Amino acid sequence: MSAQTPIERVQLLAMDIETTGLDPQAHSIVSIGLMPLTLERIHCNHSLYWVLKPTSELNDKSVTFHHITHAEISNAPTFSQISEQLLAAMAGKVMVVHYRNIERGFLDQALRKSLGEGIEFPVIDTMQLEARVYRKKLSWFARIMGRKPESIRLSDSRERLNLPAYQAHHALTDALGTAELLQAQIANRYSRTTPVGELWD
Amino acid sequence: MQIELQEISDHLSRFAPFDTLSKESVDNIARHVEVSYFKAGTDILEAGSSIQDLHYVRSGAVEIYRRNGELHDRLVEGDIFGQAGLLRSNKVRFPARALEDSLIYFIPADVFAELCAHHDSFADFVEAEGHSRLKSAVEAQGRASELIQLKCRAIISRSLVWVNANASVSDAAKKMTEQSVSCVLVMSTADLQTAQIEGIVTDRDLRTRLVAEGKNADETRISEIITAAPVTISANDSVFEAMLMMLRRNIHHLPVLHQGRPIGLINLSDIIRYESQSSLYLVNRISNQTSVEGLRILLQDLRGTYIRMVRDGATAHMIGSAISGIGRAFTQRILELAEKKLGPPPVPYCFMVLGSMARDEQLLVTDQDNALILDDAFNPELHDAYFRSLATFVSDGLAACGYSYCKGAIMATNDQWRQPLRVWRNYFESWIEKPNPTTLLHSCIFFDLDGVYGQLEYVRELQNLCATKARAHPSFLNAMARIALNRTPPLGFFRTFVVETDGQQKRIINLKGRGTAPLTDLIRIHALACGSNAQNSFDRLDAIAASNLVPPKAIKHLRYTLEFLSIVRIRHQVEALEQGATPNNYIEPRSFSNSERHNLKEAFQVLSNAQNFLRFRYPAKGRV
Repeated sequence: MSAQTPIERVQLLAMDIETTGLDPQAHSIVSIGLMPLTLERIHCNHSLYWVLKPTSELNDKSVTFHHITHAEISNAPTFSQISEQLLAAMAGKVMVVHYRNIERGFLDQALRKSLGEGIEFPVIDTMQLEARVYRKKLSWFARIMGRKPESIRLSDSRERLNLPAYQAHHALTDALGTAELLQAQIANRYSRTTPVGELWD
Repeated sequence: MQIELQEISDHLSRFAPFDTLSKESVDNIARHVEVSYFKAGTDILEAGSSIQDLHYVRSGAVEIYRRNGELHDRLVEGDIFGQAGLLRSNKVRFPARALEDSLIYFIPADVFAELCAHHDSFADFVEAEGHSRLKSAVEAQGRASELIQLKCRAIISRSLVWVNANASVSDAAKKMTEQSVSCVLVMSTADLQTAQIEGIVTDRDLRTRLVAEGKNADETRISEIITAAPVTISANDSVFEAMLMMLRRNIHHLPVLHQGRPIGLINLSDIIRYESQSSLYLVNRISNQTSVEGLRILLQDLRGTYIRMVRDGATAHMIGSAISGIGRAFTQRILELAEKKLGPPPVPYCFMVLGSMARDEQLLVTDQDNALILDDAFNPELHDAYFRSLATFVSDGLAACGYSYCKGAIMATNDQWRQPLRVWRNYFESWIEKPNPTTLLHSCIFFDLDGVYGQLEYVRELQNLCATKARAHPSFLNAMARIALNRTPPLGFFRTFVVETDGQQKRIINLKGRGTAPLTDLIRIHALACGSNAQNSFDRLDAIAASNLVPPKAIKHLRYTLEFLSIVRIRHQVEALEQGATPNNYIEPRSFSNSERHNLKEAFQVLSNAQNFLRFRYPAKGRV
């Protein structure tokens, strides 16, 4: 995939991973949602979603947080069992995530454990695209006036672009939400022919 | 594992036509949905391009255009579009553009086709592009009632009793006694297969036309005392229609015809046996009251009848006819009581009703609109004291029975509206020839007119005068059209729906003032233009259709729209009655389901289109 390819010709895959915590070394993946898209359409009929048996103990707090029950988890596959299917779905596509450090870190860690090697993959980070607009240094005037920086969380970013509110922290819903956010960001701030390389750095 | 797109299926299942589908069906749709974001101002569908999906507005707002670029509709969250193209040519029929930043769900053609094939309610909804959706809503009402389903032939309780026209009255009377019937049919010859109906004779006719006249029963032929050419009904007509016919003409016997030949008679009691709470039964009780006080007590029964008819699924057309029939019965009975009190009238007269009662479209919340047409022999000095007392008695009596006084004083108590026929003729002629703002308002009220008591031919003459004269005066019709265009449907209400979310101001629609009233106004104008003397709006639409003045499709839409807006008004009144509140004509669309709101919006769209046509058909020329 060349960095020069216009975004309208790129096959994309929005991904969201829900975890038991923030540290890829200490915590593990609870669920993965994948939503393939192009600039034109988001394809729900090819979406994928797994609840995984976590390697670390799932505490009650994260159970309620992710709307996943212990019963669901006890019947769930392990990451190793789905890793091939996951990699097949990712093949040839550019990932789209909101806050890449989570997805990158956890995927890398999980693949290292199950396949013995990690991966590097190109990622468009919709949070980073928001940061480009809303994380410019505030002027001294704004700081004096006590202005708070805009939130660049998924739900707040969506709201700014007039996307509807979704129930957060379900991996597939968040993947869908991220896919819609990317379409909205490009429609409002870039063009169909923007090279993908301008978006993924 | 089965993937669930909870956000999508939850949303779909809240909106028509998905709200009637099972959870499994909606989940299946959600799994096949495709999604796209459209920035405000961008095209979603371009005219003539191919279309592969049903489009669903998840958020934002979308404008639909006609091919000539005119705005056709404005859609919001939960609305669908593109079905017209999908069902027909797979080409976009109406281009669409995002008015606000919008998220659109696409439901693929194969999923759509499967839904249409397996779910009738879904198919009805989407196939009913625009107005036929209204049609299905209208047709759903009217199915339930027993009286509507029941055919006249089913309630004929005995074989036909008839005599030859040459028979003597005494032969006929013997036959009636033998068969113990109160009514006999008189046929032209002895062979029933080829005979024509000559007339009908009832017990009452024997009394009034034979005995009271001092005639000899053996020497008088039955044909001398018949009511010739009686009103008949077809065997396949519903009992409800028979009931309306009896109500309307105040008759108690109806010959039933099958393929043109009489097969029996039905009478009032046949129907009352089926329907003890029917409006006919009420009319019968009205006729038996001997005081206004007695009539006043029947007001409660009137409400009961109303509620029952609505629950039974009667159509607005039927309800309007029945309630008007009851109103007539009240008026007739009060006039009889007035004559009893004041003595016989010094000159003949006709008591005329105007507005909704004349159109047979009366509902519960209503004023009295009436007038007196007196014989041309009327001499004010000699006779007016009598007619003023008569008018006052009737007006007070009607007010006591719930028909409140007319705020515009359109009542026979007003000297101006208690005049001999020749004055009325002059009124009507000058209103048509030289309209001014005041007389135009009169025309809107008085040109729906019907006689309820006395010399009905006076009113028929005035009806015919309107029908023949108005069409010859285009400037009158044009001026009437301007009046009819003063009241517009509340489309802005829906148009601004998107922008004015959660406004705190009261959001209500006057269903009469901005719905049924402007609609009947414009129907009246077309009816006058085609020289019809029909008064009922549905009958007028038939006449307009026959004259090709308005395209047949538009007529159909108007019919459904009138029926729909009226039935919504009626149901709303019934809800108020059931909650012990005072019925009115104001509705709050927020309390409506989505598909009801869709229908309401479509109905107002039809009205708006019809007003545009009226504007174009009867153009403004100068000032009136």
